[in-house]
Amino acid sequence: MSGFISTTPAERDVMLSRIGVSTIDQLFEDLPTEHYRPDLDLPAGLSELETWQLLRKLSETNLDLERHPSFLGAGAYRHFVPAAIGHLISRGEFLTSYTPYQPEVSQGTLQAVYEWQSIVCALTGMDISNASVYDAGTGTGEAARMACALTRRRRVLVLDTVNPRYREVLATYASGPDIDVETVAAFTSRPDGTLGRVTDFSTKIDDSVACMIIQQPNFLGWMEQVEGLSDALASVGAILVVIADPVSLGVIRPPGAYGAGIVVGEGKWTGGPVDFGGPLVGMFACRKDFVRQMPGRIVGSTIDGDGRKGYVLTLATREQHIRREKATSNICTAEALIALATTIYFCHLGPVGLREVAEQSIQKAHYLASRISLLPGYTVQSTAPWLYEFPVHCPKPAAQVNEALLGSGIIGGYDLGLEDQALAHSLLLCCTEVTPRSDIDRLVDVLGSL
Amino acid sequence: MTTTEHVEVAVQAGSPLRPASGHSIFAGRQEGIPVVFEKSVKGRRAGKLPALDVPVMDLDEIIPASERRHELPLPELSELDVVRHFTRLSKRNYSIESEFYPLGSCTMKYNPKIDENVAALPGFRNLHPLQPAATVQGALKVIHDIQRQLAEITGLPGVSTQPVAGAHGELTGILMVRAAHLKQGRMRRKVLIPDSAHGTNPATAAMAGYESITIGHDRVTGELDFEDFKSKLDDDCAAVMITLPNTLGLFERRIEEICRLAHQVGCFVYCDGANLNALVGQIRPGDLGVDLLHVNLHKTFAVPHGGGGPGGGAICVAAGLEPFLPAPLVVQAADGSFAYDAHRPDSIGRVHSYQGNFNAVLRSYAYILQLGKEGLGELGANAVLNANYMRALLADDFTFYVDRICMHEFVLDGRPFKEFGVRTLDIAKRLIDHGYHPPTIYFPLIAPEAIMIEPTETESKETMDAFANALIAVAHEARTTPSVVQNAPHMTPVGRLDEVRAARQPDLRWLAPVS
Ligand SMILES: Cc1ncc(COP(=O)(O)O)c(C=O)c1O
Repeated sequence: MSGFISTTPAERDVMLSRIGVSTIDQLFEDLPTEHYRPDLDLPAGLSELETWQLLRKLSETNLDLERHPSFLGAGAYRHFVPAAIGHLISRGEFLTSYTPYQPEVSQGTLQAVYEWQSIVCALTGMDISNASVYDAGTGTGEAARMACALTRRRRVLVLDTVNPRYREVLATYASGPDIDVETVAAFTSRPDGTLGRVTDFSTKIDDSVACMIIQQPNFLGWMEQVEGLSDALASVGAILVVIADPVSLGVIRPPGAYGAGIVVGEGKWTGGPVDFGGPLVGMFACRKDFVRQMPGRIVGSTIDGDGRKGYVLTLATREQHIRREKATSNICTAEALIALATTIYFCHLGPVGLREVAEQSIQKAHYLASRISLLPGYTVQSTAPWLYEFPVHCPKPAAQVNEALLGSGIIGGYDLGLEDQALAHSLLLCCTEVTPRSDIDRLVDVLGSL
Repeated sequence: MTTTEHVEVAVQAGSPLRPASGHSIFAGRQEGIPVVFEKSVKGRRAGKLPALDVPVMDLDEIIPASERRHELPLPELSELDVVRHFTRLSKRNYSIESEFYPLGSCTMKYNPKIDENVAALPGFRNLHPLQPAATVQGALKVIHDIQRQLAEITGLPGVSTQPVAGAHGELTGILMVRAAHLKQGRMRRKVLIPDSAHGTNPATAAMAGYESITIGHDRVTGELDFEDFKSKLDDDCAAVMITLPNTLGLFERRIEEICRLAHQVGCFVYCDGANLNALVGQIRPGDLGVDLLHVNLHKTFAVPHGGGGPGGGAICVAAGLEPFLPAPLVVQAADGSFAYDAHRPDSIGRVHSYQGNFNAVLRSYAYILQLGKEGLGELGANAVLNANYMRALLADDFTFYVDRICMHEFVLDGRPFKEFGVRTLDIAKRLIDHGYHPPTIYFPLIAPEAIMIEPTETESKETMDAFANALIAVAHEARTTPSVVQNAPHMTPVGRLDEVRAARQPDLRWLAPVS
């Protein structure tokens, strides 16, 4: 007996005789005998102690962000996570419960999802939120599919200032149903290292367009100019899809205020550690009249036979277990526990705390930018208002700068040359409230010495 | 105590609503817990940040006034308010940690606690997904090694852990099928799916741009209707999606023939691996001719379900399909170091923002290391032993949708209770009063009034004995005092909720009362 099985050999014999067989092999007689019980090329099992030692050692071979200054963002941001969150989501009642299909024994999870939906709506200014999608990348793909279903069109515009990873996932999601994704230039780069922005998309928008997808603030950290965009889209029956960063929503207008039809956001960084990029949790919100095309689970409030308030999964006629091939999406298991962590985070911070996190991140990043702009050879490349992330044009290729920084124990920024050769000298840097001034000063010193 | 005595005690106790098992997990109806927004007190706070350590700029110079936000309707609470609220909510949940979950198709096994500690190691938790590969060698080794382990367990050598749930693995796999056909210039339109399949299968096929064609099942064997399959299989079929064991908990005995025939017309065989728990260590789907399979890490391995995720949906494929796997893949270089292989021209592309649910992958890796070769063999064997034992315990009081030795789960037929006016839903709800989460009900759709039970390998004999007794007691109540069953559950904080009202008058978020 090994692993996590409690049946003793004596019990096994009792069980087998109750079944009416004498060996376990008899239970497997339906399996083709020539392939039965393969000799797996895997090592013997480890004890708990050995497993712990091995993995702890392995974890120490990584350079983690707690021990090394880092200015890497590019879609994944480290924020401070109050201790209460980890303790609460580790409670077995949350951690080890199933999807709440049986509402009477799942009111805890169901109410927490209702609260998540309420918070997502409050943050984004939208009417309706679902219980979560996998992440912002797949959320972007789902939003494009949803917009196509709502408009019965198959052309999607996406700005090239949207996180390239989200655009890649979008392309994958669009490939099945043959959605035509067109990437629209929203910035220009000049050889002298300055960047320009494009704000007029009128030539792209016509009545074949299902939606336009923008990110606010965008991948380069800037705020897109959104004024008039939703009107231009609405005039041809198209939908504005906004990918929003929840921290920014502590200080800037919610997408609902400028006409978004669908809003997607990454909820992981507000409530959990960076976790090497997973699990994440996609926020997914929309206008009230779009709800029938919404992917994923939705929780609603209702009453029992005595009029007592309770919560249930609802509007399930959109979903795969009822509609099968006609479902709005195939999503089933999503990211409930991460959504719970994010819900608790926003309850813990409240409006003042969230604004503070956003403002401190902004102040630190602007301090870093102001210091870098004084370094000879470096140019801060922002032609628009920006929040906590910005590209810097470096005297050397960004890859070399990052390598040199790593030599000084600093995990640098994101090398934009990885996305666009024209930006090979551009390093995308970010600060959050957890970035101490001493790290910023050290970064500036090392950059200055290169 | 025999079952009959058990029920008699319950009725004699004066409160037939409260079963005598003494096991009820809830004490009966309770006051509702206010929505967290209703607890808000203006000006209350839970935490604070350090004082800002950099010179402060005027925010108005940074963000144009027109873009600023003026109101942010989040609740204002102290930390104690927050901790109490969510602790109270947690107490309204059923969970594996305290109770047994007989949920068919869901594999709600116990996940060892060491995995929690491993998953919390700072050297894994605080890694940025875009750090240079040289700085995350330990994390890449985890991904690389589990790719190899899953390849060995499934017999399918190409593995990506990027998909984050079963349905996500399905989509990844069917998009790979599409890419493989397109590469050969084949525009196929159909995917064959048995009528017993999970709803995600046809939904996935549709998302990948295919028409799904339903194959019937054989009412006697519970397996796919082979003649129907053969008649529908043609060179317009891109893939056939088979669940193994199928959703009735039965092994498809003609799987090798199905694979052979499919391959003859260039059709791929996709295996929904949600039920892999039965097969681990017993047989490798790849050895049978399956081309693609997703593994639900949150079922078969060690990822707690979390009330609906996160999960993991690793996709495993035959050698010929490897070029189409999502990019990037984690590979090992000749010098032993680990790297991302992003240059994969035939790849379907990225299916997740980063490397999938790394933290779920890490837990599963620890679990596989701990089980090792023998442990994995015992996993599948005991999953099947437990299911058949449970089945034997229930055989006198229930009928089965298909009456034969099962794999890791089986389906009871709830129809015999109809003559007492009791439906499967009622039986499920009454089980709650006896202290148990109901089994999966009304799935698979082909089995009317289905009650689907999967004990998993981690449950003990006495847990299964006790559960079987409770279910038999409910069956007895259904025959003798049906109204107790029809109106159940009685012991929960809320009674049956009005789902029609929930859908017709949707209340999907909290709104501040208009003052
Ligand atoms: C047979 C089967 N297929 C697919 C799925 C979908 O898996 P997931 O919920 O991880 O997306 C499930 C899970 O409920 C299942 O039981």
